[in-house]
Amino acid sequence: MAQQQQSIFFRSNAPVTVDEEKCTAHKGCTVCVEVCPMDLLAIHPETNKAFMQFDECWYCMPCETDCPTGAVKVEIPYLLR
Amino acid sequence: MVWENFNSIDDVKHIEQEYDIVVVGGGTAGPMAAIKAKEKNPALNILLLDKANVKRSGAISMGMDGLNNAVIPGHATPEQYTKEITIANDGIVNQAAVYAYAKNSFATIEQLDRWGVKFEKDETGDYAVKKVHHMGSYVLPMPEGHDIKKVLYRQLKRAKISITNRIVSTRLLTDDEGAVNGVLGFDCRTADFHVIRAKAVILCCGAAGRLGLPASGYLMGTYENPTNAGDGYAMAYHAGAELANLECFQINPLIKDYNGPACAYVTGPLGGYTANNKGERFIECDYWSGQMMWEFYQELEGGNGPVFLKLDHLAEETIQNIETILHSNERPSRGQFHANRGTDYREKMVEMHISEIGFCSGHSASGVWVNEHAETSVKGLYSAGDMAAVPHNYMLGAFTYGWFAGVNAADYVAERVHSDLNAEQVANEKQRVYAPLLREQGLPPAQVEYKLRRFVNDYLQPPKVTKKMEIGLERFAMIEQDIEQIKANNPHELMRAMEVSVIRDCAEMAARASLFRKESRWGLYHYRVDYPKRNDNEWFYHCHLKKDAHGNMVSFKRAVEPYLIHLNAQEEIAYQGLRLKVANS
Repeated sequence: MAQQQQSIFFRSNAPVTVDEEKCTAHKGCTVCVEVCPMDLLAIHPETNKAFMQFDECWYCMPCETDCPTGAVKVEIPYLLR
Repeated sequence: MVWENFNSIDDVKHIEQEYDIVVVGGGTAGPMAAIKAKEKNPALNILLLDKANVKRSGAISMGMDGLNNAVIPGHATPEQYTKEITIANDGIVNQAAVYAYAKNSFATIEQLDRWGVKFEKDETGDYAVKKVHHMGSYVLPMPEGHDIKKVLYRQLKRAKISITNRIVSTRLLTDDEGAVNGVLGFDCRTADFHVIRAKAVILCCGAAGRLGLPASGYLMGTYENPTNAGDGYAMAYHAGAELANLECFQINPLIKDYNGPACAYVTGPLGGYTANNKGERFIECDYWSGQMMWEFYQELEGGNGPVFLKLDHLAEETIQNIETILHSNERPSRGQFHANRGTDYREKMVEMHISEIGFCSGHSASGVWVNEHAETSVKGLYSAGDMAAVPHNYMLGAFTYGWFAGVNAADYVAERVHSDLNAEQVANEKQRVYAPLLREQGLPPAQVEYKLRRFVNDYLQPPKVTKKMEIGLERFAMIEQDIEQIKANNPHELMRAMEVSVIRDCAEMAARASLFRKESRWGLYHYRVDYPKRNDNEWFYHCHLKKDAHGNMVSFKRAVEPYLIHLNAQEEIAYQGLRLKVANS
């Protein structure tokens, strides 16, 4: 059998984090998911809480500013910090 | 592995809709265009499409701290402003387009004011205009400008504009006579394919902000909102539209690494300024122009470098005021960035650097050609905002030209019926879009994007060298082949894959446009080492670029339109002596 293409997934430290105790996504809130210009946040199918799914953050802040319970925190991405 | 939800292109959900006008891009110009089209003719069905969510999309997602080009009676005249921009852009302007903006600038401010956007006013209730430009006064602070998107959203709802979010528009459709008659795109969450018939399309897709790679090497650490990858430039190009003066790149002076504006416009009127490592001023005027960037670049690379924003001499009260404005508007994570680095405006100057290259007529002059009615060279296609070539148009120009585009498109569609879609165009685009999702194995979009944008820096970043740009074109051709090998694991990655192709198209346009203009102009924006002098005899022209009938990218000259407002000899050179005499010695 010839060589096959293989993917390696790079690890990254997520700049956007969510306090799951404060997050009300399990009650249907999707504010942070909706406002992210880059569409990086999602609701986790198991925890039913918001989380950062893709690391392409512009540190622009709508997710943190618009969160009704103050559950979202944006850090400057490590490469720029 | 193919994305779990489908195995072949037949599994893609195909959604067809029909509107009178489709506005692509819901940032700044787009909402205004949609609202003004509907006001002009309330019977029209108008769709506002956004790649993100209209609530927080575009360059002003977190608001704006001021107007850079307010032409307010008693402070400035449209004639004076037109003159200033003509000079700041080295004479290559269609004055009719700049003048049309200038005459309507105040009406736009009043409209925004009525909607609830707050501008700074003095104790008499007059707008508190500041002087930042070389000649006139056009800067109007908006210390509470953080809620501008909320104001726009409220107006969109009131006007009953249909909004569809998270749609990546990829191509425009054209009919037998070459007029635009639809938009194609896909949903970046579900991968549904959207075919939207339209009598007219208004492109308001923002700058090409992901062309160069920021000095940090971080893909999304761009000056522009990275959602603005240049989609509008590529769509207009493939529909046959002419693009103007793309070689007049956008390059901005920014906070190093953070890559947001240092905001000398905000701090300047309060006593802050751009300084060298000795804390000395070296430029007379902080207004962003090619000549200003040229001096900035010289200082940055010279023994007095790097360059800083100097505020440490200001009073505590003033600094608190600056912090309140800059840390709550436009790029509010700035305060956190400074805190992490231990930069306190009271004690340290803020290190600055220059941005990656991009296309943006909001800041420079590189855009899709439009006339004073916001019409492109393609029938039924309008454009406004950063991507439309009205030099130095900024946010207020985006609103004003969005207004023009909305009203004129509404008039145009009144006489039109929907024309038949070209099935072949639709089928070909569907094949192109979904290929990365259906491929079993392949290259990750982010790696291809990184390599492409590194090449953009290596070969296109000024000072521009002919041979380097020619090599760049070879590399971009190779990236075209790599794009055929991209594998997207999900609809989100498919969005990034499609953006790589947009960025590649813009990179080729940037190289070909820069090679065509064989002179230097606009300071650093188009400094060609092998043609170091401005040459008005041969190059006092607009340089346009388009896709010809054979599918080739071609460049050609267009005469500069006769001036409406004439300049005297002293005014013509006003932007050529920006370096302070004392700093020269």
